[in-house]
Amino acid sequence: MASKQVQTEKPGTQEPVVLIEGARKSFGSVEVLKGVSLAVRPGETVAVIGPSGGGKSTLLRCATMLETLDGGTLAYGDTVVARDEGGRSVYSSKDVQARARQRFGLVFQNYNLFPHYTVMKNITDAPICVQKRPRADVEREARDLIAKMGLAGCEEKVPCQLSGGQQQRVSIARALAMHPDVMYFDEPTSALDPELTAEVLKVIKLLAAEDMTMVIVTHEMGFAREVADRVVFLDGGSVVEEGPAEQVIDHPREERTRAFLRRIAE
Amino acid sequence: MMGMLLEGFAVSLQLFALTLVGAIPLGVPVALMRQSTWGFSVGRVRVRPLALIARFYISVMRGTPLMLQMFAIYFAPYYVFGIKLTPESKWQACVVAFIINYAAYFAEIYRSGMQSIPRGQYEAAEVLGYSRAQTFFKIVLPQVVKRILPAMGNEVITLVKDTSLAFSIGVAEMFSTAKALVASQVSMVPFAIAAALYWVFNFVVEIVLGRVEKRLDYYHD
Repeated sequence: MASKQVQTEKPGTQEPVVLIEGARKSFGSVEVLKGVSLAVRPGETVAVIGPSGGGKSTLLRCATMLETLDGGTLAYGDTVVARDEGGRSVYSSKDVQARARQRFGLVFQNYNLFPHYTVMKNITDAPICVQKRPRADVEREARDLIAKMGLAGCEEKVPCQLSGGQQQRVSIARALAMHPDVMYFDEPTSALDPELTAEVLKVIKLLAAEDMTMVIVTHEMGFAREVADRVVFLDGGSVVEEGPAEQVIDHPREERTRAFLRRIAE
Repeated sequence: MMGMLLEGFAVSLQLFALTLVGAIPLGVPVALMRQSTWGFSVGRVRVRPLALIARFYISVMRGTPLMLQMFAIYFAPYYVFGIKLTPESKWQACVVAFIINYAAYFAEIYRSGMQSIPRGQYEAAEVLGYSRAQTFFKIVLPQVVKRILPAMGNEVITLVKDTSLAFSIGVAEMFSTAKALVASQVSMVPFAIAAALYWVFNFVVEIVLGRVEKRLDYYHD
């Protein structure tokens, strides 16, 4: 099992921030996840790569509770969202799920910003209205985040006035403002041209340098090699190979990984 | 003559205003019911009682003439419950019929608006921990309002002209008054004035709607 391998590689490390074990998910008769395990430790950056339909997005959607697992375990630290009972996932109460939801942030491929809110309100609304944090604190913090994302001066703009790269950075700030333990990125640059991609990748690298815990689904192999501590290659609903970024991307052991990397290099 | 027409016009405006005040909110629960997934399964068939009731309601309201609905609501209390009709009954029946009829149309417009909101908006709200009510009122509804405004404009303008249907049940609104004046004065002028008043009022409605659209024009998606 992949997760065991990880645990034996680095013994004695801290509790994982997110723990997925034996995740199974089918849509109709198609089994999209066939027992995927993933444990992410604090400060770690994991890149998930693999062909379309390999289960990357579904894994992220199950981890973020946008889809429910058929089987397997999902836990954020000591908050157990779903545990496996005889091959079926049993979900915890709504309260527990709501608690777990506060522990991760998700950055969507197509941003999904709220178009009727300004940049400022996009970032501050959930911390104020969901987490009930004081407005002044949240707004001060939001200004810092906006500056950090290179968006100073955009506070009062609405998303449609921004470039795709700027919008994606707002959505990163929106997720960060919730103080998540782990950030998920679902192909964050797929909708962007190379120049805008670079802006967004720069920000993600910055977060990696600050030891933000991250799981990134990406097609940018150069970026994955540079930023990720660990790469997971997902194909056909299973983890085919995983390990340090340089190893999986530069010296893959599995033939399927090699074939995939050759295909996308063309 | 003008005085009488304006008196009638005041009644038309009252009917117009009461219909909007009643039907705009009433359309919301109807639209939500129409889309509700709550229900149970009978064998392979999924039964959604709330959605079925809403569908039936909308179907009847859109599928039968408003004029007949007014008569039905006017006479039902007498024939079904034996309640004595008063001089006020016509007006009351007329207002109720207009409200429940327009609520059905509004509900379908709301539904089209809600269904046009991308899935990703709901997902973003869910991941951020917004409750269902917060998601609806803060994220979905403001976007729906902007999207449905042109369609609502159509209905509101139709409503201004539909108030003349109250004539058929004997409510003395502007069209009834104009018709009476045409007969007594043997002149078409009252009709022309009534037409002008309808149009002027709708022109004002257009301007107001234009203003609202402009206010919501600060973003697009």
